[in-house]
Amino acid sequence: MTGARFLEKNVAIVGIGQSEVGRPSSRSAMQLTVDAALEAIADAGLQPKDIDGVCSWPGDNSNGSSFSPVGPLAVLSMFGLDCNWFSGGYEAAGPLAGVMNGAMAIASGMANNVLVFRTITESSNRTSGSKDQSLAAKSGPRDGNFMWQWCTPFNVLSVVNITAMYAAAHMDKYGTTPEQLAQIALNARRNALLNPKAVMRKPMTMDDYFNSKMISTPLRMFDCDVHCDASTAIVLTRRDRARDLRNPPVRIEAIGAAMNQPYLWDQVDLTANATADAGNAMWARTDFKPSDVDTAQLYDGFSILTMMWLEGLGLCPRGGSGAFVEGGGRIALDGALPLNTNGGQLSGGRTHGMGYVHEACTQLWGRGGDRQIRDPRVAVCASGGGPLAGSLLLVKD
Amino acid sequence: MRKLPLLNAETRPFWTGGEVGELRMHRCDDCRRYFHPPAPVCRDCTSLKVGPVPVSGRGRVLTFTINRQAWTPELADPYVVAIVELEEQEGLRFLSNIVNCPAEAVAMGMPVSVVFERVEDVWIPLFERATS
Repeated sequence: MTGARFLEKNVAIVGIGQSEVGRPSSRSAMQLTVDAALEAIADAGLQPKDIDGVCSWPGDNSNGSSFSPVGPLAVLSMFGLDCNWFSGGYEAAGPLAGVMNGAMAIASGMANNVLVFRTITESSNRTSGSKDQSLAAKSGPRDGNFMWQWCTPFNVLSVVNITAMYAAAHMDKYGTTPEQLAQIALNARRNALLNPKAVMRKPMTMDDYFNSKMISTPLRMFDCDVHCDASTAIVLTRRDRARDLRNPPVRIEAIGAAMNQPYLWDQVDLTANATADAGNAMWARTDFKPSDVDTAQLYDGFSILTMMWLEGLGLCPRGGSGAFVEGGGRIALDGALPLNTNGGQLSGGRTHGMGYVHEACTQLWGRGGDRQIRDPRVAVCASGGGPLAGSLLLVKD
Repeated sequence: MRKLPLLNAETRPFWTGGEVGELRMHRCDDCRRYFHPPAPVCRDCTSLKVGPVPVSGRGRVLTFTINRQAWTPELADPYVVAIVELEEQEGLRFLSNIVNCPAEAVAMGMPVSVVFERVEDVWIPLFERATS
């Protein structure tokens, strides 16, 4: 009965595309974006000129930053589109916000076919030594950024220090162990071995995990995602039109975009962050239940964030993610809840948010190849950490 | 070597209280709740009657991490980043460093008290293990 009230259900994903995932790629950010966009549009059975809406999170971030070098304005200009609507910007419910905004634009009649994309070139940036990769490094000699001014004076230059404190708090409060945390990384690597596009394709053992460099206790290098150059795109369409297109529509069943905490990484709930805000809001917009989910594609910029998402989305009890992932069987491809089936960002590559949606659709459409899970119909995607959180429930019609 | 914050009307009391040995936190004159970071409005009751007041500078380590990644050559030695909750109010907390003891000596819940490190016109509030 939630269909008439929550209008995202009138929107479907009908095509997906992704450039090569390079570490680094020799292709330009614009070229990667065109590769992904053309693949997604063709996959939908549409032509570029059919696209009348374009959006991205976070859009063109600080003039060509490797974190987001291409925004909607560049894309609509490049393709010569007649756009009825476009949008980009960082201040939204995390890296899935482009999908949310695009869905709302369609649901409200602003556009019919929306291209949502996300381009990132953090690898070539690092190898070229231009050093613009850190958000913390951007605000000049004195830090006035709303969030970072409370971090950089204490030599917190990366959110790894903060997520490490979340992990320490989770371990202290719930008895979560490093071995349990390791399962997120091990699962990602196992799945990456079956994904030809994954960045990290060497097997990883528990010993390898424990031997990886300690970055910020208790998080090791293998708890941190791996940078890459890539662009990922999807096409959203009105659901009533989607049925005539190439793929079975993947309906946006529910969006979770709530934020009930300040945007300050030291002021949020230390063991849940904003995951439960988003999760609770998402489940309130649908008759589906956590037990209906066939696969979860959950943000793994840092392993502990995946654990919090499992809890925040109600896929396991609060504080119970350690026991849930224990041994790795439950989250494996043949387990009860296959997790991050393409290797996530930890081993697949930091496509940053949109990769989860791409993989969810890949699985729902049965295109997973060696990593295909059995007959999924319902997928949940979530992205963000700290006070940024957003989630999507996707259902194959 | 620390990156310094940009001081403005709201944040200057926090970053300069150390000049007179005071840790200053924003508090609401109406509902008496403290809040952080400083802002011109109370997060709890939306009152505009807010301002900095000196606090004890005592608290406890809510959670912490030992950073082992040398982000810059000056940061080669391990250092402790913590979130400290002040004794004045549950939830009144901010991110800082624990100093003046080996990193391995820091523990969850450890009582701490404020010390200030002056850099230019900023007195950065850090914490050390409380003596009593």
